[in-house]
Amino acid sequence: MSARLLDAGDAAFTIEFGTRIAPEMLAAVNALDMAIAQAQAAGQLPGLIETMPTFRSLTVFFDPLVTGRAALIDTLLPMLEADAGVATTAGRLWRLPACYEGEAAPDRAATAKAAGISEDELVALHSGAEVRVYMLGFLPGFPFMGDLPAPLRLPRRSQPRVRVPAGSVAIADGLTAIYPWESPGGWHLIARCPVPLFDAQRATPSLLAAGDRVQFQTVSWADYQRLENAMRAGEIDAMHWLDQTSESAT
Amino acid sequence: MSKPVSKPVHKPVNEPESSPVQLEVVSPGAYASLQDMGRRGFRRIGVPWAGVLDPRLMRIANALVGNTGDAPVVECFDGGLQLTARGGSVRLAVAGHAVLEVDRAGVHKKMPAWCSLTLHDGDSLRLRSLSQGRLAMVAVEGLALPQVLGSASTYARAGLGGLDGRNLVPGARLPVPAASARQDKTLPQPPSTSADPFHVVAGPQADHFSADSLAALASTDYRVSTEADRMGVRLEGPSLAHLAAKEIVSDATVPGSIQVPGNGQPIVLLADAQTAGGYPKIGTVVSADLPRLANSRPGELLRFVWVSAEEGEQLARAAETQTLALLAALRPWLDGGIDEAALYAGNLVSGVVDAMSFEYRLIDAIQGR
Repeated sequence: MSARLLDAGDAAFTIEFGTRIAPEMLAAVNALDMAIAQAQAAGQLPGLIETMPTFRSLTVFFDPLVTGRAALIDTLLPMLEADAGVATTAGRLWRLPACYEGEAAPDRAATAKAAGISEDELVALHSGAEVRVYMLGFLPGFPFMGDLPAPLRLPRRSQPRVRVPAGSVAIADGLTAIYPWESPGGWHLIARCPVPLFDAQRATPSLLAAGDRVQFQTVSWADYQRLENAMRAGEIDAMHWLDQTSESAT
Repeated sequence: MSKPVSKPVHKPVNEPESSPVQLEVVSPGAYASLQDMGRRGFRRIGVPWAGVLDPRLMRIANALVGNTGDAPVVECFDGGLQLTARGGSVRLAVAGHAVLEVDRAGVHKKMPAWCSLTLHDGDSLRLRSLSQGRLAMVAVEGLALPQVLGSASTYARAGLGGLDGRNLVPGARLPVPAASARQDKTLPQPPSTSADPFHVVAGPQADHFSADSLAALASTDYRVSTEADRMGVRLEGPSLAHLAAKEIVSDATVPGSIQVPGNGQPIVLLADAQTAGGYPKIGTVVSADLPRLANSRPGELLRFVWVSAEEGEQLARAAETQTLALLAALRPWLDGGIDEAALYAGNLVSGVVDAMSFEYRLIDAIQGR
């Protein structure tokens, strides 16, 4: 797969495989990312700080006092030839509760209208889809997931919100996401999920990993509040929402 | 079937011995937070580096009190910070062009920045204002904080680091060891703010903009707006027109990314910025210039100039050489602040004289008992 080298200042560069979202690009990104991780573990990449895989690119962060763009690229270029046929795993399957009602779904009516479907159809389509975590970014634990069924592929809101509540389940640009933290945001809010997606005290702070699959299960507002309280009190562990039968597939 | 184990990864390994001494944040001023060099390795799960916006100031402040260079410091914007020693003496140092005042038993005394000083139980240090820039770093001798994901840096949005994951609030108390008897230090010739243009490497999405826009960025002044914080600096100036789509499929951002949303007004991303974004990025401010950019005040006019990535790397090395020279220039600040090196430095003389009289007053007070 062809790639472009893009400058990102004096301490990073981006290797871009394409400009769209496509599974084969994700495979190429992951193959390069794994090759770099192996080389770094073998001590071959001094000065490399970290990498950031996205849908379609890999950004390499480095310390310009220890290494340089030219030296790193020399080492990395042969890795682009690496076999991109890394076995794409089935990924773990999460069944996450989501409330599509009332204040948990402030944009449900407007989004259904924009999509030309009924509100019930919107909920059925969104909760019926199994989506894949393409990448994590924007905020700690924030999953970019897709692909959504065609009617749900809408552009972002023209006016971003200053404050999106934590737990909001949102759609835009053919993708769906869950806001782990209160933040500004421009996506359509159609549900809310009570499961904390990020906990720095966990061995793996982000609940979801790139490659995982997610399906939303509709719950009532009363159940949402009950679950949120139970999770906050530690009565339900976040791993509860993992489909155990999918674990062996990873 | 493997069962994921839930366990804390980072224990507070370097929690200070239980000391009765505390440094109380009476007021955080405009905005203050605890920061170190930031956390690395977690951008892939959406965690920005955070960390000080001006690492040189952090290293100088820490060196002045004898800490390792990357020990956590109080990073504050503009003036208003007030710190009070409780239960014992606390030694600290302020790096930044700060106008300082120490209150002791109702007596207010001006103190210079860029030197270590000891607050006795009940003394307050006030950061009145900044004569240049908008950032100051306060290092506290022996300050150690629990690390979260490898760093003590506060990233308040996700409740990471600092004290309970929050920015400093009135009444916050930092546990610190009692001040040592170590020799005080001073930096005779502090760095002054450069008026050079900010160096920018084109890309990653420079090809999303017209030649006119690329030329405009490097030939016109951009004004720092009032929206300027640890996440980024929003600039105002000639609109940078997108050639086609105003949004891209999200990719990684880096500290220094100049992203251009649909309105054409650029935003330079800083330490707390989101790790991925869907706005095209016309260029990246080089790492050597980013602290100076973070220090720019709302209303200030900035000028940019294009450089290559390789020139950016040279600028990074040159900046590090300057930092090492500054660290090497620290001098002992002898008892009472009598230090020939400092006396010859014109810009510090008035401060040194003030500090001397302050110290003499202390000695008088002690001997008077």
